[in-house]
Amino acid sequence: MSDLSIFDVNPAAGAKSESPLAMTRVTVATVASPAKAGVVVREHAFQGHLILRGRATDDQFRAGVEQALGVPLPLKMGPLSRDEARGVSIQWMSPDEWLVIVPAGREFATENRLREVLSGHYAVMNVSGGQTVLELSGPAVRDVLMKSTPYDVHPRNFPVGKAVSSVFAKSSAIIRRVAEDRWELVIRRSFADYLYRWVLDASEEFGVYVAS
Amino acid sequence: MLHIYCPYCEEYREEEEFRPKGEAHIARPAEPEATSDEAWGDYLFFRKNPRGLHHEQWYHAAGCRKFFNATRDTVSYQILETYKAGQQPTVTAAARAAQAAGKGVAK
Ligand SMILES: [Zn+2]
Repeated sequence: MSDLSIFDVNPAAGAKSESPLAMTRVTVATVASPAKAGVVVREHAFQGHLILRGRATDDQFRAGVEQALGVPLPLKMGPLSRDEARGVSIQWMSPDEWLVIVPAGREFATENRLREVLSGHYAVMNVSGGQTVLELSGPAVRDVLMKSTPYDVHPRNFPVGKAVSSVFAKSSAIIRRVAEDRWELVIRRSFADYLYRWVLDASEEFGVYVAS
Repeated sequence: MLHIYCPYCEEYREEEEFRPKGEAHIARPAEPEATSDEAWGDYLFFRKNPRGLHHEQWYHAAGCRKFFNATRDTVSYQILETYKAGQQPTVTAAARAAQAAGKGVAK
């Protein structure tokens, strides 16, 4: 445990949290039910996002992360470490950087847990307020992604469980395939309004349903 | 569009994900205070502009956000290799000359 002073950025009472999409109006024509939709869009707001930095070659670091989070540290680009039931995932972002996503409200406890088990040269940053997650599901999601990113989303290059960071609609996004027909976009707060409306607009022709 | 292999992501990615960052392997003078104005000016501002092989830095801006190096032919735009920061190129003018000389001997 380091002697760094850290604090919970989400005080339990009295503070109102607002998703970056709180002010965004849906202006495209939507379909009446998810069953009729080619794409179902759903925001997973307020999850805990932590950026973890450290040395992948450090055995203690790797073991500590696995001990704290219960999923192994991915050591290369692509395969997402994910426990769907607990809502915990670790994504390789660069050789010394990972994105950890935990359920809403768990970020401070997770950060503390990581600081308990890790030592030496590492860093944990809470970036929950800086980004949000859009879940896209349905049979036409791949068509929408093909309109939006130069990254090859064909199944031969993008199997279930893969996660990449790429250009998305002239901005950028993290693209994660979490199931056969279910994808996640991790988008930055400052671009969230634009990217959300891009996704809705790109999905309109396939029939889009906005789930809450 | 170029298809560029990122040595950190270990995958070919679209050029759109990258930014070129100029000549590679420029060593910063070890003692700036003891460096002449001319040498410091050369370090800061003067760059090679070769016709042919060029070792240059690229930045994987939309991906892993790491700098790496590429050997590119400035005539054909062909990228002959990419390698991590801190590593040395294998495709060089000297290597090519040695290869050509070797072929000459074999004949
Ligand atoms: Zn990369």
